[in-house]
Amino acid sequence: MCLGIPGQIVDVVDPKHHIAKVEVSGVRRNVNVALLANGPDAVGIGDWVLIHVGFAMSKIDEAEAQATREFLEQLGAAYEEELRELHASSIE
Amino acid sequence: MRRPAAQYGGTGCRLERRERRQLLAEPDSAGRERKAARDVRYVDEYRSPDLALRLAEQIAGLVEPDRQYKLMEVCGGHTHTIYKHGVENLLPPAVDLIHGPGCPVCVIPMGRVDDAIALAERPNVIFTTFGDMMRVPGGNGSLLEAKARGADVRMVYSPLDALRIAREHPDREVVFFAIGFETTTPSTALTLLRARAEGIRNFFVFANHVTIIPAIRAILASPDLRLDGFIGPGHVSTVIGTVPYRFIARDHGKPLVVAGFEPLDVLQAAYMVMVQLAEGRSEIENQYSRVVRESGNARALEAIAETMELRTTFEWRGLGFISQSALKLRDDFADWDAELLYDVPGVRVADPKACQCGEVLKGVIKPWECKVFGTACTPEKPIGTCMVSSEGACAAYYNYGRFSRRLEPLTT
Ligand code: SF4
Repeated sequence: MCLGIPGQIVDVVDPKHHIAKVEVSGVRRNVNVALLANGPDAVGIGDWVLIHVGFAMSKIDEAEAQATREFLEQLGAAYEEELRELHASSIE
Repeated sequence: MRRPAAQYGGTGCRLERRERRQLLAEPDSAGRERKAARDVRYVDEYRSPDLALRLAEQIAGLVEPDRQYKLMEVCGGHTHTIYKHGVENLLPPAVDLIHGPGCPVCVIPMGRVDDAIALAERPNVIFTTFGDMMRVPGGNGSLLEAKARGADVRMVYSPLDALRIAREHPDREVVFFAIGFETTTPSTALTLLRARAEGIRNFFVFANHVTIIPAIRAILASPDLRLDGFIGPGHVSTVIGTVPYRFIARDHGKPLVVAGFEPLDVLQAAYMVMVQLAEGRSEIENQYSRVVRESGNARALEAIAETMELRTTFEWRGLGFISQSALKLRDDFADWDAELLYDVPGVRVADPKACQCGEVLKGVIKPWECKVFGTACTPEKPIGTCMVSSEGACAAYYNYGRFSRRLEPLTT
């Protein structure tokens, strides 16, 4: 139950009660976005959020997500590079 | 200084490349490989088998000769990911993942389940619960058995569903079984605030929310476990932020890296812990920065503080009584408090003798070291809670069938 699901906000259903419609893998459901109503993480239509027991817990930060992906890819690149170097070497 | 993996005899991984490739595929609970119907954003990109292999190789490169590493993943969600995707099999033999106490269903003691059943069996009550709690055995059977005996027990996805049921049935008393760590507590808090705002008086909360920091303190105080570092809770941290973990680095000299729930997240966090260990650092780092902010979620903390306060003590399955480790409703919300309104038995029930859930939750034994694992105790007929919840270590081992029976003792 703690895993949470990423979904994208597609509509505002009831602004008074902070209910928004999100799309998760093609399915649309209402969730409560009160935790992300104000402040730096305020969300709107188009934003991606992490959903847990019917509440949007956090706004997914695309720039940070991108940084993580780049770290992983660069890690892969460094490894490939090292492998190439190893193949090129012929120590006697 | 980072050493190339090759220095220690190749990758250190225990499986052939082809086998490993299959491992990250998501199997269904019978272990068959499942084809994802479509790409899922922020999910699939953190499941690349190639990148996982590279991370595993980098981790192997950080292992010092003759050193054994024990990293605890605090959160049951991570335990689930680790076995579902075979992450443990990618790691070098020198790196052991120890499963921690962060499974909200697992830590509920037998006596509280009996209290829940007593509430569910009251004549006018509709008892609502997350599905995970249905099969949890108490001293007096499970909620599922109570339902079979005629109690009106209903599974809900969200506390807001329970509130809706209360709205639809003004003549019934609707009780919500509130469980979970800080991830789930704000949902109960906001539901209570909405119940008050709407004047819904037939909705009641049976509060069993627990807090993660006291549990981590209990683990650190346990004399029979030597840990090198932590893979920190992901979604709990969306609420509490990363500051409350600082004492782990400062006072205990252990690294903690907050991690997401995809296999690459867990591997990257393990890698980050290993880098800290190699460099002799102990810091709190955040691998899950796409979701977790250092300061947590102010509105969530406010809603919790508005509706709930610390109990002096609370019993955890396996860990015993831990002071100030759980929450109850504030006096302002007495009218919505099932514990005050009804007479719950509140009897303490000892765990069944055969069950070693406590040791599993503390990371002292691996699930398969329990004598009844997979024989007398299975997900269909669980003896302990760790076999019930999908986040419980015993169920994760059992369902995904990838346990590697390395039998060296976990304790030192
Ligand atoms: S296998 Fe069953 S009885 Fe053994 S520790 Fe796990 S839940 Fe308890």
